[in-house]
Amino acid sequence: MMARLAAVLVLLAAAACSGNHSALNPSGPQARVTANLTWGFFIVCGAVYAIVMVMLAAALMRRRLATPQTPAGERTLAVAVSSAVAISAVIVVGLAAASVAAGRGLEAPSNNEPVSVDVIGHQWWWEFQYTNDDHPDQIVDSPNELHLPVGTRVRIRAKSSDVIHSFWAPNLRGKRDLIPGVTSESWIEADRAGEYRGQCAEFCGYQHAHMAFLVVAESMDAFQQWLTSQRAPSQDPQDELAKRGKDVFMGGPCVMCHTIRGTIAGSKAGPELTHVAGRRFIAAGTLPNTPEALSQWVLDAHSVKPGTEMPPNALNPDDLRAVVAYLRTLQ
Amino acid sequence: MMRVALTCCALATIGLVACERESRSFHERQVVAARAEVATQTPLTIGGPVPPTGTQSPFQGNAVGVSDGKRLFATYNCSGCHANGGGGIGPALMDDQWIYGYEARNIYETILEGRPNGMPSFRNKIPDYQVWQLVAYVQAMSAQVPIDVAPGRDEHMQVRPAEPITPFKGRKQTGHR
Repeated sequence: MMARLAAVLVLLAAAACSGNHSALNPSGPQARVTANLTWGFFIVCGAVYAIVMVMLAAALMRRRLATPQTPAGERTLAVAVSSAVAISAVIVVGLAAASVAAGRGLEAPSNNEPVSVDVIGHQWWWEFQYTNDDHPDQIVDSPNELHLPVGTRVRIRAKSSDVIHSFWAPNLRGKRDLIPGVTSESWIEADRAGEYRGQCAEFCGYQHAHMAFLVVAESMDAFQQWLTSQRAPSQDPQDELAKRGKDVFMGGPCVMCHTIRGTIAGSKAGPELTHVAGRRFIAAGTLPNTPEALSQWVLDAHSVKPGTEMPPNALNPDDLRAVVAYLRTLQ
Repeated sequence: MMRVALTCCALATIGLVACERESRSFHERQVVAARAEVATQTPLTIGGPVPPTGTQSPFQGNAVGVSDGKRLFATYNCSGCHANGGGGIGPALMDDQWIYGYEARNIYETILEGRPNGMPSFRNKIPDYQVWQLVAYVQAMSAQVPIDVAPGRDEHMQVRPAEPITPFKGRKQTGHR
């Protein structure tokens, strides 16, 4: 029984070290610094702990002295105790210095990053807005999916539209709070291509746990290609079902909250849907982006995320099928 | 002794009941529109039958619902014309002048069917429970909901204590806090 429990614990601990949602599996320079610091602390503190335990055991085992301590022996003891105190002080100061040194440069952006993203927290989803000061028509809004070019520093501007959230992609960097009314600047960089999971790390309400996002780190070329494709407006649907779905969308409650560029839908209350079919997940990392999940989400979002601001929509089955068919055309 | 204990238990239970002032629904279901349940003399009324007199918004005494209505008031761009209740293109909503009536059912009708000269119809655009949340918030703007339910004051245009339309007996009515 104990052996099995120990095995499970070891496996759990090992699982925490890998995977795409772990601070101990760094894929960016910031995460690498903090991971090294963590291991440094672990090794030093572990060694200290082991030495102290050995000394304690030795002290407990030792026989009590038969004769009283001589002055020379007392001096030796005093020297031993003061050296131990000195070594402890040096270790503590050293750890503090290492921590301060690691923290330097981890947050402040240099202001000449080629790519800049506004990270905006909403209850309960993420908005990643690729800013473009020279060409406002080329701003790209990517809900719940953050694309990063590998090996390039990306500036992030953290904002919130309602309550305090926290942007946290542990493989890439530490947490950054999103505070309503305040824009805080920082940066992020991935140095290995891959997909990483991010998550809100500050309790923000009922569906805080279902507020995740996907980070896609790809080569600069792939990133630029993605950005260009995202800039394009939506195409008009071709087949009959999707055409009907567009009518249902534009004539129903959907149009009150969502934007689909290239159509009359332009509200910013909910996530933009111009390229929704290209995303891996819907509902902030909660459901896979399949027709079935999409139908469930449109019909009764509260059965998936109770309390979400997406209302239930009593569409009849034909309209529902049509809307989902339309959304699937939005590549 | 037994009787004292029982009385204490009963009092404590009553006290606990008082703790739940209101509750928030985390799973809204499509509420059947109030209008559908109404019997009418003729189906020829414009836009169908009106909710009966005295119909209250289900969120009238619910602070969460009223503040949701406040959020929706911004989301659906009601402020585009009503300017946070102060009026602009559309009439002000925080005074005691009502063209089409101040009752919950009148406001519900106004949102659902629209009104001449500019107010659009939001039928099929806004789910029914959200319309009722908006109704409750519009009533809150003119101090028609209890003071402990009305949402907090905004930093933008403020309403001075509104002229009470339906005064609450025995309570000092000061509008928004």
